[in-house]
Amino acid sequence: MNDLSLFSVGISVLEITYIIASVLFIMGLKMLSHPLTARRGNIYAAIGMIMAIVATILFHQKEGKPIGNIGLIIAAIVVGTIIGWVIAKRVRMTAMPQLVSFFNGMGGAAAALISMMEFPHVSPELIAESGMSNGHVLAILLGLVIGTVSWAGSMIAFGKLDGWIGDLRVKAMKFVNLTILAVIVALVAYVMTRDVQAAGELSTFIYIIFAIAVVYGVLFVMPIGGADMPVVISLLNSFTGVAAAMGGFLYNNQAMLTGGILVGSAGTILTVLMCRAMNRSLLNVIVGVFGGGGKANTDEAGTVKEITVSDASVLLSYSKKVVIVPGYGLAVAQAQHICHELDKLLEEKGVEVKYAIHPVAGRMPGHMNVLLAEADVPYEQLVESDEINPDLPNTDVLVVIGANDVVNPAAEDDPSSPIYGMPIIKARDAKNIIVMKRGMGKGYAAIENMLFFNSKTRMLFGDAKGTLQNLVNEVKAL
Amino acid sequence: MENILQFLLENKGAIFMVILSIFLGIEVISHVPAILHTPLMSGANAIHGVVIIGAIIVMGHAETTGAMILGFLAVVLGTLNVVGGFVVTDRMLEMFKKKK
Repeated sequence: MNDLSLFSVGISVLEITYIIASVLFIMGLKMLSHPLTARRGNIYAAIGMIMAIVATILFHQKEGKPIGNIGLIIAAIVVGTIIGWVIAKRVRMTAMPQLVSFFNGMGGAAAALISMMEFPHVSPELIAESGMSNGHVLAILLGLVIGTVSWAGSMIAFGKLDGWIGDLRVKAMKFVNLTILAVIVALVAYVMTRDVQAAGELSTFIYIIFAIAVVYGVLFVMPIGGADMPVVISLLNSFTGVAAAMGGFLYNNQAMLTGGILVGSAGTILTVLMCRAMNRSLLNVIVGVFGGGGKANTDEAGTVKEITVSDASVLLSYSKKVVIVPGYGLAVAQAQHICHELDKLLEEKGVEVKYAIHPVAGRMPGHMNVLLAEADVPYEQLVESDEINPDLPNTDVLVVIGANDVVNPAAEDDPSSPIYGMPIIKARDAKNIIVMKRGMGKGYAAIENMLFFNSKTRMLFGDAKGTLQNLVNEVKAL
Repeated sequence: MENILQFLLENKGAIFMVILSIFLGIEVISHVPAILHTPLMSGANAIHGVVIIGAIIVMGHAETTGAMILGFLAVVLGTLNVVGGFVVTDRMLEMFKKKK
């Protein structure tokens, strides 16, 4: 079929496959947003992806040349599949946020690598015709910068969520970051205004831009505290989407374009939704060095009162209505199963048990939902904060397990607090409050929590899993 | 300036698609319940693994050893994104399904 210069069956099949794949991505994403169809949606999108990959290998042509190195490509796919599959299957459910962040970073890195390799191959005819300032070069450079920032940022987010990277909070940080960003923009502009014969002459700048983008990605995520991690992961997710779309521009590839932009815009909206849940602007999350601050007047705070496990079990067993507020501490302690055991025991005794889920509890949007779903807690028991708040004055005992900022009354009382204005679970409205905590450390946002000093509050110190186990034993014995 | 206008004209199809895709992305997920935030993010994460197509194209036309190594790496990373993303999402959603 060599005599068909413009039309070939292979190219047509390829383009049609891309259209089908794009439709499957859109349908998949749509179905993912409804509980009943979510799993099927994920599979639809996966089928679209497999079709696009297979069709690319079989039918893609660049200047008449088909895809070469097929053996190596398949080997790479096999390697990636095995590693990805094993990691995805093995990792603990509670480590999900890290994992999403990690895989996201891989996509970003792939996008950056593509840009790096394509840059020297920008066609000399194009450069002769319109210089370096053309859309092709812009797509390559943007793909490089965004992909690299996404990769570096995701790796830092991964490290933070996994607990081996701390927060770095320096006031000067935002100026440093803005300066670096300006340098990147300047370098991109510099490269695009050079007068050269071949793009390869400017390769050094590509590596410099890459290096600076790595630094930017790291510094961009470093100061952002754990309470804001859901927002950051979601944002980095949409970054990688945009980086993938740049590849779509580069190769005039519709599947990459729709897939990338779709994720970019959906990810941005999800990011905005999360920011709204915390009553903060996106700019404030990114630029504002969050945490600390507020009136940390510990002197006036008074003393905390403790409660013993047996007293707590009696209090819970003879209540009518109990509300559990889970937080990141529950996830860290892997205590979701034992927590569900406790709520089943209490329900057997006729206590009404509900879980109050704050939209940003945990380290990722919907983190608590996933965690409790793993422990088989039924849907109906999970209530969102807006719905549970009016009910709290009739609640006999509210149990806070490893949550902090989402129940901090400073969000309502203290205008100087960094979390002022954030909608919270109004824990102090409940008749009794039990707070399970490892120690008197501050929450992730490092803000003093006056709830702990409330006259209705009793503290139950210890690891959530051990404490809950003791509680279960005591309740059983009653 | 002329270059930019020319670029816009040459890529009008793609630009059209980008704009529509942006609206589509917003529309598709704007009413998602909080319970599905995590799986949705994870699923979207897998979809942008479509960058693997670019990696395959680069690798498919790599000629030097250096390009082959980088291309191989790009395909591996892209596959990790795709496979890991979809499998993790499925694992999360499987848990939701167990109970009605």
